[in-house]
Amino acid sequence: MRLHGRSPARLAAEYGVLIALALVLSYAESLIPAFFAVPGVKLGLANTVAVFALYRMRGCDAWVISLVRVMLASILFGSMFTFAYSAAGAALSLAVMQLVKKTGRFSPVGVSVCGGVAHNAGQILVAVFLLETGSLIYYLPVLCISGVIAGIAIGAVSGMLIRRIGWGKDGRPR
Amino acid sequence: MKKRRNDLFIILCLLAAAGIGCLLLALGRQTGSCAVVTADGKELARYPLDADGEYIIETARGVNTLVIENGCARVTDADCPDRVCVRTGSVQWDGQTIVCLPHRLLVRIEGGEEAQVDAVAR
Repeated sequence: MRLHGRSPARLAAEYGVLIALALVLSYAESLIPAFFAVPGVKLGLANTVAVFALYRMRGCDAWVISLVRVMLASILFGSMFTFAYSAAGAALSLAVMQLVKKTGRFSPVGVSVCGGVAHNAGQILVAVFLLETGSLIYYLPVLCISGVIAGIAIGAVSGMLIRRIGWGKDGRPR
Repeated sequence: MKKRRNDLFIILCLLAAAGIGCLLLALGRQTGSCAVVTADGKELARYPLDADGEYIIETARGVNTLVIENGCARVTDADCPDRVCVRTGSVQWDGQTIVCLPHRLLVRIEGGEEAQVDAVAR
């Protein structure tokens, strides 16, 4: 098993810390009432953890952390229907962020902006599928703008975290 | 700082795409003639926008109150947890929707000019 020099125990501990942090951020966000009339407009605080994991751990670790977080958050603060939306959003956003990061041309801000827009697009797709209507594409421009704004904020915060918390790729603190 | 420039470029591209999308939607809009209520993809009812009224829509998942007034439709009350449908406000343009995701309910404005021609032809 390749763990980037991390011992299994260290990996388990890192998963635990990051999933717990992401879950707390999800909870904090669920306390803030939706300000906007369009469903899906939100900050996505828990995404800072996903972006951090993408840079400081392996890509698959970011997937594990995000999917476990979405599952736990849906069970604790949501419902099955929240799960479908969040999981689709998280999966599409992670896939896009991984691709964008791989090009090596963008800072965490660019990566997380693409992730934010992809997250919203994923949620719209699920809504179109569940409600069996194409008319929801009317929300796409608004959600694109909100994804960009949330992505800038989340990317800036993640960038700071990535710079200051030096979990090296070799698993040793720098 | 090449990365920062690339970031800015992709942000501007996405915002421009959203702007163009908004513009296209705004240019193509027409006032609608009726509000179509669907739940789970099945049509429940159609209410003409030129007749004022208050309608209570009951589905297996919950209750929404739809009010039609001055050619606009809005959801004034709902027992869903997020009440996004109430906050959406009123809709009047062809193709505009009010969505209640928890109840899987959709109020869609239909019938611009073309649809009325269709109705006459039928």
